[in-house]
Amino acid sequence: MSDDHVYLSLAEGHDDSDARWAFGTGFEDPLHGVDQTVPEGTDSAQLAAFCLALGDDALVSAQRLAQWCTAAPELEEEVALANIGLDLLGQTRLLYARAGQVDGTGRGEDAYAYFRDADDFRNVRLAELPNGDFAFSITRLLVLSSWRLALFERLATTASDPVLAAIAAKGAKELAYHRQYAAEWVVRLGDGTEESQRRTRDALAAIAPYVDELFADDGELRTEVLAVLRQVTDAAGLVLPEVAPVPGHGRDGDRTEHLAPLLAELQSVARAHPEATW
Amino acid sequence: MVGREVGVSMTSTGTEASAAGWDEARLSEQFDATIAKDQRIEPRDWMPDGYRRTLIRQIAQHAHSEIIGMQPEGDWITRAPSLRRKAILFAKVQDEAGHGLYLYSAAETLGADRAELTDALIEGRQKYSSIFNYPTPTFADVGVIGWFVDGAAICNQVPLCRCSYGPYARAMVRVCKEESFHQRQGYELLLTMMRGTDGQRAMVQDAVDRWWWPSLMMFGPPDDDSPNSARSMAWKIKRHSNDELRQRFVDMTVPQAEKLGVTLPDPELSWNEERGHHDFGTPDWSELQRVISGDGPRNVERVSRRRAAHEEGAWVREAATAHAAKQAARTQETARTQKTEGAAA
Repeated sequence: MSDDHVYLSLAEGHDDSDARWAFGTGFEDPLHGVDQTVPEGTDSAQLAAFCLALGDDALVSAQRLAQWCTAAPELEEEVALANIGLDLLGQTRLLYARAGQVDGTGRGEDAYAYFRDADDFRNVRLAELPNGDFAFSITRLLVLSSWRLALFERLATTASDPVLAAIAAKGAKELAYHRQYAAEWVVRLGDGTEESQRRTRDALAAIAPYVDELFADDGELRTEVLAVLRQVTDAAGLVLPEVAPVPGHGRDGDRTEHLAPLLAELQSVARAHPEATW
Repeated sequence: MVGREVGVSMTSTGTEASAAGWDEARLSEQFDATIAKDQRIEPRDWMPDGYRRTLIRQIAQHAHSEIIGMQPEGDWITRAPSLRRKAILFAKVQDEAGHGLYLYSAAETLGADRAELTDALIEGRQKYSSIFNYPTPTFADVGVIGWFVDGAAICNQVPLCRCSYGPYARAMVRVCKEESFHQRQGYELLLTMMRGTDGQRAMVQDAVDRWWWPSLMMFGPPDDDSPNSARSMAWKIKRHSNDELRQRFVDMTVPQAEKLGVTLPDPELSWNEERGHHDFGTPDWSELQRVISGDGPRNVERVSRRRAAHEEGAWVREAATAHAAKQAARTQETARTQKTEGAAA
């Protein structure tokens, strides 16, 4: 490498064996070095479906966060929202990789992200709702990150699959930051001005019907997450209203009308060039 | 002067120094000596108003370029054709926001104010690099921007790591490291695409054709038509002339284009044995003038999007300010109550 000028070294070292040297992201096998055997007694199909659903939550959320790019209210928020989006994208890739190993198809991450239709996604519907204003996006982030953090902390210690447990342990560290960031903003907005208070109250009302779906029948998870949310809304002088949940369940394949257009955008280039390598 | 030009309120160290009875001629001598010894000027040092003004303008333009530069590529984050490319691009655009923040902070060390600089940008009183007024119709543009635009930026910015103003020079060290990473990623995307389908190769060539000449214009007008260059060079804000840097960029890029298997769209491009450099054609300088003066393909869209984000975010910033004020008042109230209670006890 010529190190007297960063630009000079660009065309060096590019034989085919050394092609993917934009290091850090070019892994062929994202779970390399990890024992990937599925433990005895674990249902592979169920494990794969679970990883896929958690991956779908993360991908759809990351896509929504990417839509904030260049539209955030302040540069610090540009950086923070992108950071959270990148964390979730990273979680997506690990979870899809695990799904591909255990569902027996050997599919890679891009097969799941780019070549499934909306009907095949199993994310919770709260993730796919449009961004709305900053109050909606940040309140949704609070709800989703509080829920996902509780879930990941539990998986990190109790998941029967050690790979999923490791992914969850790594993700929990990231999600703790996401939750803190969102909570600080919800408190600021709830306490701030009449307008910010009104917008955040509206956001909570719009989100409330989609909260129930996060817990399915898991009462313990519900209690834990709602307690966290109450702590934040109390500090913000707001209330998460108790409302009737929307019928159906994202995990069962029920979708809002918003997922298909989100995926159409996400998948447009990949599907226009199905033979291409990127 | 700066205050009038860009709406910047600033402290004038020079005036304060005079008021304090310092000999301005002696300060000026010391400043010149510092420059001559290749040492750094720091925020608290005396500096001529013109030096301060020139730096604020240049650093602000640089910061604006990072922020506006997020748009042409940022448009592709939601559509990047693989999760790997999506992560790379997302991180790159995030880096640009970080560079913008870093540079606005450097401008603030000179007495400028970020909010006022942002106003100057969205009201069209300050410029940003005209390269970002070109459209990005295909995903190959992401790669070519990395290769050409980040490459040209590196050529411009590596010498700025030795700029005489300390905070700017130090900012450039970090920015250049990240830019070089972006540039490698851009070039690597193109290498991958060139090994792909015919359609992908055509996309890359098309993007090269569109970005080559605007990239050469990134170094600014030719030396004999660059009125402010001489003074900036005397102050060691600028280290090489526009034409020198442009030549350097061409010389470095030609072998990379060969390696990649694309044709640079300049029939006059050839190696000149005698000069030890490549000869190349003359960019259409009237096009640069048009784009700088606001008549480029995407000028209106870029600024109006920045303005929309700023205006739509106003209520959020107001809420944060109101919350901070309320918090401060509450803290003060608590302290007073405690004091009263303490006194009563």
